Amino acid sequence: MIKTKEIKKVFGNNTVLKNITASINQGEVVAVIGPSGSGKSTFLRCLNLLEEPTSGEIYINDKKITDKKVDKLAIRKNIGMVFQHFHLFPHMTVLDNVTYAPQKVKGLSKVEAQKIAKELLAKVGLTDKESAYPNRLSGGQKQRVAIARALAMEPEIMLFDEPTSALDPEMVKEVLDVMKDLAGTGMTMVIVTHEMNFAKEVADKVMFLDDGILLEEGEPKAFFNQPKTERARDFLDKVL
Amino acid sequence: MNLDFSQIVPYIPFILKGIWATLEFVIFSIIIGLVLGTLLALCKISGVSLLKWVANAYTSIFRGTPLILQLMIIYYAIPQLTGYDIPIFLSAVLTFGLNSAAYVSEIIRAGIMAVDKGQMEAAEALGIPYRPMMLNIILPQAIKNILPALLNEFITLTKESAIVSTIGYLDLMRRAQIVGADIYRNFEPLLLAGAIYWVMVFILTKIGQAVERRLRHSD
Ligand SMILES: Nc1ncnc2c1ncn2[C@@H]1O[C@H](COP(=O)(O)OP(=O)(O)OP(=O)(O)O)[C@@H](O)[C@H]1O
Ligand SMILES: [Mg+2]
Repeated sequence: MIKTKEIKKVFGNNTVLKNITASINQGEVVAVIGPSGSGKSTFLRCLNLLEEPTSGEIYINDKKITDKKVDKLAIRKNIGMVFQHFHLFPHMTVLDNVTYAPQKVKGLSKVEAQKIAKELLAKVGLTDKESAYPNRLSGGQKQRVAIARALAMEPEIMLFDEPTSALDPEMVKEVLDVMKDLAGTGMTMVIVTHEMNFAKEVADKVMFLDDGILLEEGEPKAFFNQPKTERARDFLDKVL
Repeated sequence: MNLDFSQIVPYIPFILKGIWATLEFVIFSIIIGLVLGTLLALCKISGVSLLKWVANAYTSIFRGTPLILQLMIIYYAIPQLTGYDIPIFLSAVLTFGLNSAAYVSEIIRAGIMAVDKGQMEAAEALGIPYRPMMLNIILPQAIKNILPALLNEFITLTKESAIVSTIGYLDLMRRAQIVGADIYRNFEPLLLAGAIYWVMVFILTKIGQAVERRLRHSD
């Protein structure tokens, strides 16, 4: 359902992505790993066009989204994104954070949007926080609200950019648990992560990026037990 | 020291009328400054390079030259160039409004830029269009940075407004000077005018502090 063909991204004279060709199937959970600065975030951000690839093509459900004519907002409606630093709207309550976009973008009524939001907040275990403001929440709670906010748009694809990297260790699990549940529902997920155990356990596929190159991809078991490249071995030695 | 305030007592109503004269044109100037400043700020944050260039040039000129010179140019040059005998009040309002717009546009631009970049990305990722994103997500957060700085700008404007006395506008400052010339004593009327300016600024400052407290409270 997601295909990238030779995508390249250049910032100034820094080539950050070097001809990445990959495909991600419907319902697949993909963990994107690699050293810092290898281009993981940039790759992820190309998928919802927060970054425009310098060259190459991206297809979502066989629609070429790298076309100049394409309506970016329409593409993004269908792709949720969760950021490392949450980016909740600080001047809105939790409920408003989750209901705002469905109302504005999809034209749902307030009642409809709230119904969806309340179900989602129950799913991520935050029913009692719906009228709180984000600054009253812990990091783990904020990230769960951010996940609910993205899911409220009922996207087909969810992108996660290091969703637990800014969290205190004791809050990592509550967020990973929510993501695990989501993976269980058959959501297509692309997750940039440093949580190797999570990748091993939940991902269907691992993509290893190194210096802008998609160096290896494959099943987590095979990748973690027998990485094919020296670079991947070095990387795993350092992080495991 | 021989201060004698008894002599200015008959002139007090005349001086007090200057409060309104000053406030009147300061308020008009603020309105012009706000409207034009907002437009300029929008030009500055727009992606359109021509608009950006115009707005930046405007700001650079009005911030880079003395206010009194701008006043003189508008008051003396417009009649000379166009034959239109511009009234004093209009020159004053125009100068201060145009000048203030330059500062206001910077305040608004900076206030918007200070909003975490992630907010815009989060909105974009949700597919929220530009207008509602600006109106409902970015501006409500930017207001917190903008309002206190704007009130400061209004305080500066109130004080600097005394410059219009140089083209004969009968503001507080000018009236104090006239009284001084009338009674051959300058210190007392100037002191009275100074006290009035101070009270006006004091009130504005208090309003500013109250606004800031409320904004911080809603964090
Ligand atoms: N907007 C930008 N402008 C210029 N350079 C950028 C920009 N975004 C990313 N880069 C550069 O691109 C390279 C890859 O960055 P990216 O954020 O994709 O790496 P990453 O793999 O996500 O790293 P990390 O694990 O630290 O998050 C880095 O060298 C970074 O400095
Ligand atoms: Mg990154």
